[in-house]
Amino acid sequence: MSDNSTLRTPSQRIAWSATIVISTLVFFFLIAPILAIMPLSFSSGSYLTYPLPGFSFRWYDDFIHSPRWMNALKNSMIIGVASTVLSMVLGTLAALGLAQWKSRLKPLVLAFVLSPVVVPGVITAVGLYFFFAPIGLTGSYLGLVLAHTALATPFVVITVGATLQSFDTNLTRAAASLGASPLQAFRRVILPLILPGLASGALFAFATSFDEVVIVLFMAGPEQRTLPREMFSGIRENISPTITAAAVILTAVSVILLATLEALRRRNERLKGGA
Amino acid sequence: MTDALLIGADAETEVPLKRRLRRAERARQVKALALVAPLLIFLLFTFAGPIAGMLWRAVDDHEVRQVLPQTVAALANWDGKDLPDEKPYAALANDIQTAREAGTLAIAAKRLNYALNGFRSILTSTARNLKTVPDTGTAKETLGKINPAWRERATWTTIKDASGPVTGFYLLAALDLTRNADGAIMAAPPDQAIYREIFGRTFLISLSVTVLCLILGFPVAYLLATLPAGKSNLLMIFVLLPFWTSLLVRTCAWIVLLQSQGVVNDSLHWLGIIDAPLRLIYNRFGVCVAMTHVLLPFMILPLYSSMKAISPAYMRAAASLGAPPLTAFRRIYLPQTLPGIGAGSLLVFILALGYYITPALVGGAADQMISYFIALYTTETANWGLASALGAVLLLATVLLALVYGRLVQGQQVTGGMKN
Repeated sequence: MSDNSTLRTPSQRIAWSATIVISTLVFFFLIAPILAIMPLSFSSGSYLTYPLPGFSFRWYDDFIHSPRWMNALKNSMIIGVASTVLSMVLGTLAALGLAQWKSRLKPLVLAFVLSPVVVPGVITAVGLYFFFAPIGLTGSYLGLVLAHTALATPFVVITVGATLQSFDTNLTRAAASLGASPLQAFRRVILPLILPGLASGALFAFATSFDEVVIVLFMAGPEQRTLPREMFSGIRENISPTITAAAVILTAVSVILLATLEALRRRNERLKGGA
Repeated sequence: MTDALLIGADAETEVPLKRRLRRAERARQVKALALVAPLLIFLLFTFAGPIAGMLWRAVDDHEVRQVLPQTVAALANWDGKDLPDEKPYAALANDIQTAREAGTLAIAAKRLNYALNGFRSILTSTARNLKTVPDTGTAKETLGKINPAWRERATWTTIKDASGPVTGFYLLAALDLTRNADGAIMAAPPDQAIYREIFGRTFLISLSVTVLCLILGFPVAYLLATLPAGKSNLLMIFVLLPFWTSLLVRTCAWIVLLQSQGVVNDSLHWLGIIDAPLRLIYNRFGVCVAMTHVLLPFMILPLYSSMKAISPAYMRAAASLGAPPLTAFRRIYLPQTLPGIGAGSLLVFILALGYYITPALVGGAADQMISYFIALYTTETANWGLASALGAVLLLATVLLALVYGRLVQGQQVTGGMKN
């Protein structure tokens, strides 16, 4: 904006400089802890202090050869992918329905659908623990997938819903008037247009499940422990450099997810700009 | 389009067309509902049902009626003023013997022990001695001989209060309240009255974190909203990367940084600022720092979008009308960011209220928030009634705040739409 080039008075300039200084410190506060932990995972020593005694991959080696960590990684992937698929199906259908539905009840239904995001994790976890234990769903993959799907679906409904809002419904009518069946219209017209929104929703859903730990704490048996769950007990016992290696791997996954999301957003903006 | 059709149609086809349109619209609505239905049913099973179940457990009181059914029935007509007559005593002696054989006595003992400390040993000693003490007099005399507690009114009112099927006992306990022998609500004994302090602590930590987030987040949001898009998009990465980084990673990072042999203490020592390591973690300071770090993006993002919507023309107009920059900021800019401040603060506060993982890992015993105790009573001590009651209070607070938040955000969207 032109404002910062037209800062005329000294007080304005001081205020602007203060904003920059404070913001820089806050950015440092936000990013430094995440960056500080990374080099420690490449340390050749077993203490989490600087300066590093030397460089090595021994903690990554440790991670890869530990059945506990590899099992956790596998579990995180299985549960993450399964709950992403399930929440995509349920969330996309619901978003399509909500976009067409006209009722005074709609805000209420929407609030209900989005409520798993707001309700504290412990409450959902305790409720599920009581509810799933008698029907044998605690200590099972299915139970965790169902629970994570409930947490992840709101994000799918929001992202896909936002995409549908900018979707021109006349295109569906045009497809129908040209003789396309509803399924054909969905597959050939609607789907390609909302695909970026769907992809963003899927990323959010996966990230939600991948990062979730409270429900896993309550419901997972020793077989179903996920990466965050292993990190939780690792931090509780004592922080070994293997945990920092796990942290770097988790962060790498986050960065990939974020970069993909950003690329999708840019593509979407470019398409909008072209139209 | 509809009008054109209607005008073009002659009187005979007008009504059927209208009806046809209405029918088509109704079919569309049914179809829309059918698309939403699977998710609603799914959430009923995996979310609403479990939470309703938890709320039910906060008032459910079936243990004593299940284990001591005759006693509960015999006490139904007891007015609670004096000791009960012979009938409940005889029923209790029967019930205890049956429960002992069935191995269910511990269930009732656990429930009654919550209400009256020491009740478990009263029941077990009675069960143990019922056979050895000769059955000479009435059951009233026998029981009184085995354990003098049966000669006290409070013992019996405790059983009557726990007769179910529903109870306010756990909810009262969650608010440090209890009923005395006469049924009046009063303050709980000091050794049990810990929950108000824990709720207060939860509230205080959440409030501190919210204020910290606002102080740190406001300048950042302002900078991001004011800078040209290219620069602000780049700087946005500093906000979004932590936002997407696993909570466990960030908590772990703070422990590595703040522990006594951690990076911060080592650096301060190396710089000669301190001699002995500072205690930066496993206390309130560590909890507030780590939680602020985790929740800061939730403050910056709503603030940013509300500031982004403020047209720079307002500030220019204020300046051209002679307002000094600070006045213009205070009178023109700040009021327009209030919805964003409200939304961000409420969001951070709501999320902070339910925090469990971060305080559990970086807090000391005196920094644990309400979620910790809900988890503790669920998995460790299995006092599910109390866990559920504490959960119910936390849920109520969250829902009320979320309703306010919903109003606020909705209002913002409406005004935002009008501006465009």
